[in-house]
Amino acid sequence: MIKPLLFHTGRYFMMLAATLRRPSNFRMYWKETVRQMYDIGVGSVTIVVLISVFIGAVSAVQFNYQIGGSFIPKYYIGYIVRDMTIIELAPTFTGLVLAGKVGSNMASEIGGMRQKEHIDAMEVMGVNTASYLIMPKLIAAVLIIPILVCIGAFVSIVGGYIASVPFGDLTNLDYIKGLRSFFDPFNVVMMLVKSFVFAFILTSISCYQGYFVEGGSIELGKASTNAVVVSDVMILLADYIIVLILTT
Amino acid sequence: MIRCEHIYKSFDEKEVLKDITITFEAGKNNLIIGKSGAGKTVLLKILVGLLKPTSGRVWYNDTDFLQLKPKELQKLRNEVGMLFQGSALFDSMTVEENIRFPLDMFTTKTRKEKKMRVNYCLERVNLKGINHQYPSEISGGMQKRVGIARSIVMEPKYLFCDEPNSGLDPKTSIVIDELISSITHDDKITTVINTHDMNSVLEIGDNINLLHDGLLAWQGSKDEVLTSDNEELVDFIFASPFLKRLREQAMGS
Repeated sequence: MIKPLLFHTGRYFMMLAATLRRPSNFRMYWKETVRQMYDIGVGSVTIVVLISVFIGAVSAVQFNYQIGGSFIPKYYIGYIVRDMTIIELAPTFTGLVLAGKVGSNMASEIGGMRQKEHIDAMEVMGVNTASYLIMPKLIAAVLIIPILVCIGAFVSIVGGYIASVPFGDLTNLDYIKGLRSFFDPFNVVMMLVKSFVFAFILTSISCYQGYFVEGGSIELGKASTNAVVVSDVMILLADYIIVLILTT
Repeated sequence: MIRCEHIYKSFDEKEVLKDITITFEAGKNNLIIGKSGAGKTVLLKILVGLLKPTSGRVWYNDTDFLQLKPKELQKLRNEVGMLFQGSALFDSMTVEENIRFPLDMFTTKTRKEKKMRVNYCLERVNLKGINHQYPSEISGGMQKRVGIARSIVMEPKYLFCDEPNSGLDPKTSIVIDELISSITHDDKITTVINTHDMNSVLEIGDNINLLHDGLLAWQGSKDEVLTSDNEELVDFIFASPFLKRLREQAMGS
């Protein structure tokens, strides 16, 4: 248990060190980064929006149910939906969903290249494959995923509105009042910190799983699954650590 | 010239290569032959630096390949071309982009110069006008030729071919062999070919090295293959009963 953990941790950091070396050709890296930004951003925005709408909607309905019959003012629904979304739900849910969608895709893509000897071919040419294959993905993810998280947070708040105001749970003005109450801009900073960290975690772990894949299609499938599982666990762990650091 | 000296390679407890010393000469087709599992691919991967030997040295002319610093290694790698068993063409790129990839990555040539070089390489492998096709749209033989075009685009001094004929019909295999041979002789490249194709051995084998159970069992040229009585070589070359009978008849007469 300890030995494999140390082995993978050491190899992961060695891979990161190789990834962060100076690129041999900036233009090629930039081209690849733009392609990855498009794939991650445009390719994931639909699922992020879809999930965010329901997160906001469910938060609003459940909170309305919980405060039913109590003296807590109704406008608190808007306040709770906003803060829950910004502080926790938008970055964490987006991170977990993207680990499944983008992470498994990255692991499969790089793993497939390893199996088809594409990585060997690049190595023989003199390409720093860890850097060329992983760095553009890392940069693209770290730039695009926070934007997706912001979109997710906004859509989630809209989702809360859609699920509560039209059904008469509270008035339009109450919801807006709730959104504008007790706002702490630091929560947005916390959301962005989380989204940067989650983006880095899910990309680097997924690329690691793909880069070192051995064997055939079964191993590639396992690598893809591991990419999602390990990324999810690490995202949740990082979430806890970030909250500890930023709130104490 | 490439020379490997006293190469040993083990995976865990299993010793795959034992004390291999071979000189691969420039301008010649240097073949590594042997049964499956003899250690051919491991040796080839050690020669190009994809694997590290347990012990031993690899020399590229006077340069100790295994002691090179990253920058020196990068420089040397630009002089190396390799054709992979499965061609290893990048699926998402067109034929032209595949061949141009090393030029894009490592040179400052203009777009026009790159285009000219790509077209020259495609002509060299008798493939004109397929620049914009994807690897999945061309045959296995054509993929191999595109692989050769990509491996010579940087004008390498050293060319490595891993099973260049695997999965090809005999006629296409001959085309590939002739292509590799002509490039080797015309450009005075040090070519190392890893094969178990008998036709390649007998047609283009200038220097032949037989590996058997991780040991260098025999060395010679294509002219010496049929007359040698080396047990491992005879066992490898005349593996089929038909060839065995032919040999016995020839020996008898």
